[in-house]
Amino acid sequence: MTATVTTDSRTEKSDRVTSRGNGGARRRLPRIPDRIRQGGLPYLLLLPAVLLELLVHVIPMVIGIVMSFRELTQFYINNWGGAPWSGFDNYKIAVDVNAPIGEALLHSFFVTCVFTFFAVGLAWLFGVAAAIMLQENFRGRGFLRAIFLVPYALPVYAAVITWAFMFQRDNGLVNHVLHDQLGLTDQPSFWLIGDNSIYALIVVSVWKGWPFAFLIVMAGLQNIPRELYEASAIDGAGVWQQIRKITLPALRPVNQVLVLVLFLWTFNDFNTPYVLFGKAAPENADLISIHIYQSSFVTWNFGTGSAMSVLLLLFLLLVTAGYLLITSRGRKGTDA
Amino acid sequence: MAAPQSFLWTRRVILTFLAAFALLPVYVMISSSLKPLQDVSGKFHWIPSGLTVQPYFDIWDTVPLARYFVNSLVVAGSATVLSVIIAVFSAYAVSRYKFRGKRVFTVTVLSTQMFPGILFLLPLFLIFVNIGNSTGIALYGSRGGLILTYLTFSLPFSIWMLIGYFDSIPKDLDEAALVDGCGPLGALFRVVVPAAVPGIVAVAVYAFMTAWGEVLFASVMTNDTTRTLAVGLQGYATQNDVYWNQVMAASLVVSVPIVAGFLLLQRYLVAGLTAGAVK
Repeated sequence: MTATVTTDSRTEKSDRVTSRGNGGARRRLPRIPDRIRQGGLPYLLLLPAVLLELLVHVIPMVIGIVMSFRELTQFYINNWGGAPWSGFDNYKIAVDVNAPIGEALLHSFFVTCVFTFFAVGLAWLFGVAAAIMLQENFRGRGFLRAIFLVPYALPVYAAVITWAFMFQRDNGLVNHVLHDQLGLTDQPSFWLIGDNSIYALIVVSVWKGWPFAFLIVMAGLQNIPRELYEASAIDGAGVWQQIRKITLPALRPVNQVLVLVLFLWTFNDFNTPYVLFGKAAPENADLISIHIYQSSFVTWNFGTGSAMSVLLLLFLLLVTAGYLLITSRGRKGTDA
Repeated sequence: MAAPQSFLWTRRVILTFLAAFALLPVYVMISSSLKPLQDVSGKFHWIPSGLTVQPYFDIWDTVPLARYFVNSLVVAGSATVLSVIIAVFSAYAVSRYKFRGKRVFTVTVLSTQMFPGILFLLPLFLIFVNIGNSTGIALYGSRGGLILTYLTFSLPFSIWMLIGYFDSIPKDLDEAALVDGCGPLGALFRVVVPAAVPGIVAVAVYAFMTAWGEVLFASVMTNDTTRTLAVGLQGYATQNDVYWNQVMAASLVVSVPIVAGFLLLQRYLVAGLTAGAVK
């Protein structure tokens, strides 16, 4: 409320000044009422963003939802508006767990949940640990901070291709260490096909994701007042107690946003599995976005693919809403 | 304040582990890019048996890497500049004005972050093809289409972060400029933007990295001449014989500029995050 008042008075004041300054030029122009001028400017400023978001996100999403109700196969791809309506058929196919397509989707969903749980959990843990350990100044701190950000800065494809090389069965580093040097396995294992592939995927995803958590937590730590630590030190609190009693509680709001963002990115991740495994992921690491891509672009069934995407979006919406509801409950008092 | 030994040792162990984890692929990338082909095709060795810089010459001939490089640079650079300008305008409107639909705008823009890319990949592809057919503006397969797509990817986060950043700049500053006779845009460019340089740099870094690293849309929306590094780099790996030393050399070549730029600007990123996104 206060903001409106200041905005209005400020604009009026400036108008008076400008009209006094170049009054001659001013009088010849048709007078635009102040209310409309200040009312229109914010919309004008938002226009480019709104138009682009509409063109690239909102309209395609609406079309995607419409497509999920049509029988859209490769025959209709040049004239997708002419594809016959199929009602909820695509959805029925997607959720029918007794048929191959639905069963595969459920499996992929399950794999993605397990993957996301471990990938987000470990990335968050590493990020928080790194940020807290670098909170105090010591020699080499700036250097370590730079090193920790390298995985974040490396382009995904370059980094993940390197991991793919490291996970090669015969000439990779991982098997060289595990088999040749440590003798932990009887024979070199496959990492990019078969049952182990989920581990490879989690390792790469954590490697790629924790520096972002580190970055966000590090920024969050700078907002904790130094006086809290000083006061608690006078009261006799040790480092460990300070971390438990001051740092972690103060990080709670940051952590809540961070975990949600990590969850959404990880659950939707396409780049990592695509570069690591190629177009078809091993069954054990068949993440949902790769699975839908496969269902749409490889088997050319865009209607079913769209239905799967919409189901995925609904799931993410539900989880996000639930998460926001749970996490905002504790904050209501401070937010107002 | 003296930290206890238990803390110092825990810190050493954790930091050593994380540094090794972070740098392991970098070591593999550098060392393997300097190995002859028979060395990378056989068992992995920590120490290269013979050093060669030949892969760094070969990478340009095996795939048209220079062209991909230029494409990536043009696409990511344009997307970054446009995204930052548009985000500055939007964030200024939201931070400094009260208007109807403000909440709807911020919530909608933020929620686009949640969309699975796969949901709008195909429709966007069809829209681009249709626009091309009906107006002759080639979006599909062109750099323009990719620029348009990428700039919207970084836009939500950029707007969100800049709103927070602009909010942290005292309103008295631009109010003073308005009193002194600046228009609202004058106040934005002469007062708010200069005061928000760390936030804007942070957003630009984020936008550039988003565009430079994207794979999915790059592989569907480009053709032979507009292919970016994200797709082009797979050229070494899909052939029958994988030239791993060249793959690693090319990976290093495309990584060095962006990692160097990022490390130079990372202070801004933390400063921007502190004032903007994390509050």
